[in-house]
Amino acid sequence: MQILLSTEQLHLTIKRLSLQLIENQADMADVVFVGIQPRGVQIGNRIMEAIAASTGGNSPQYGLLDITFYRDDIREELHEAKETTITQSIEGKKVILIDDVLYTGRTIRAALDALQDFGRPQKVELCVLVNRRFNRELPIQPDYYGIAIDTKPNQKVKVEWDREEVVIY
Amino acid sequence: MQLSTKHLLGIKDLLPSDISLILSTAQQFKEVLQRPIKKVPSLRDVTIVNLFYENSTRTRISFELAEKRLSADTINFAASSSSAKKGETLLDTVHNILSMKVDMVVMRHSASGAPHFLSQHLPNTAIVNAGDGINEHPTQALLDAFSIVEKTGSLEGRKVLLIGDIMHSRVALSNMYLLKKMGAEVMLSGPPTLIPKYVQQAFDVQVEYNLKKALKWCDVANVLRIQLERQNQVLFSSLREYNLAYGVTRKLLNEVNKEILIMHPGPINRGVEIDSDVADSNQSVILKQVENGVAVRMAVLYLLSGKKELSH
Repeated sequence: MQILLSTEQLHLTIKRLSLQLIENQADMADVVFVGIQPRGVQIGNRIMEAIAASTGGNSPQYGLLDITFYRDDIREELHEAKETTITQSIEGKKVILIDDVLYTGRTIRAALDALQDFGRPQKVELCVLVNRRFNRELPIQPDYYGIAIDTKPNQKVKVEWDREEVVIY
Repeated sequence: MQLSTKHLLGIKDLLPSDISLILSTAQQFKEVLQRPIKKVPSLRDVTIVNLFYENSTRTRISFELAEKRLSADTINFAASSSSAKKGETLLDTVHNILSMKVDMVVMRHSASGAPHFLSQHLPNTAIVNAGDGINEHPTQALLDAFSIVEKTGSLEGRKVLLIGDIMHSRVALSNMYLLKKMGAEVMLSGPPTLIPKYVQQAFDVQVEYNLKKALKWCDVANVLRIQLERQNQVLFSSLREYNLAYGVTRKLLNEVNKEILIMHPGPINRGVEIDSDVADSNQSVILKQVENGVAVRMAVLYLLSGKKELSH
């Protein structure tokens, strides 16, 4: 096991991501952040806190999205469905998807499908904490990422939220 | 994560963990049904036949909607307009339908055990019981449970009263299995002629022939339909007398003076087992039950479809 991001580095990375996200928006009112269940929730919550802290306590629009029913491997294995809390319309809005690790890209593919059922966003972007390059199975790339790493398919990358570390093993 | 069973023949065969899984999955499908586009692609590769050998409005429409919301292909079969009228056996009909590459069967039949019979002959096709004779109606019990949890928070320790024709009611039987498995307390009330003699011992439930006392005890009252089509013998003297003794009326509820959740599986015989001013009141969740039925059936179909082998 190797530590990719220590607690201190993780805090700095989240801070940087949140500032990049603020910097890139002309108007936060037109942006809806969407954390992907289950592992995009923690990083999503942290980024929302960091954005609120940097913008004088203004919490951006934020919801959770479960992609279980849109997966392309349903016939191989069923996953537990978690709650979806997108209550506002995303019609004409800019949606920024948030997940912890971008690996094959299949989760994001499913999330893009699922988003369609809530309306037609003006634009969709992707923000991830860890970008595992060279393992993509679909043509999907992040717009914002905390750290980019080169990994082999047999390696695992995990964000340990209780210890606040990103590890690879 | 999957069910312990390949078919849904009855609540009797389910583990408490299966019931919890169905209810939690249904919770997520209920959210899907609130979206601008109320449809998910999960069962795009699945074809389902709805075999209805007995009349139904709610259950048939509910299953069909659930299937469509899951993007499954569906075929509807009503026995009254089919070759069953020409004397084809159930098994022949089903074999013929399955030879056209159908993956799941949803069946309602007037013979108790008909879906169990099918499952013995078709081990590789998922079968969902939509009501068999006087045996079980598992998806109704599941949607009743879902509605109770939605309104009161949980099933554990909940006091549920089933009123009326326990003898002929598949809804009652499925509800008893489910409620007992999930730790609820169950009481039955109705004319002694409509409550089976050994049900108390068999299910560890209470029986109270005085409806007012029974209502005082319960948190939830599930009012069953008097099944006029299944009364071969005279088990109570008249519908009017039934209403006087066992009809749930506003007057009775006022006397009991307790917040009781009123449920009914439908179709309602207004003025017999339940009066209109109770059925249409704020206490009643009868239409909520119908709404929840679609989400619960989506969960059942979704969870059973996961067992399918890719190559067939």
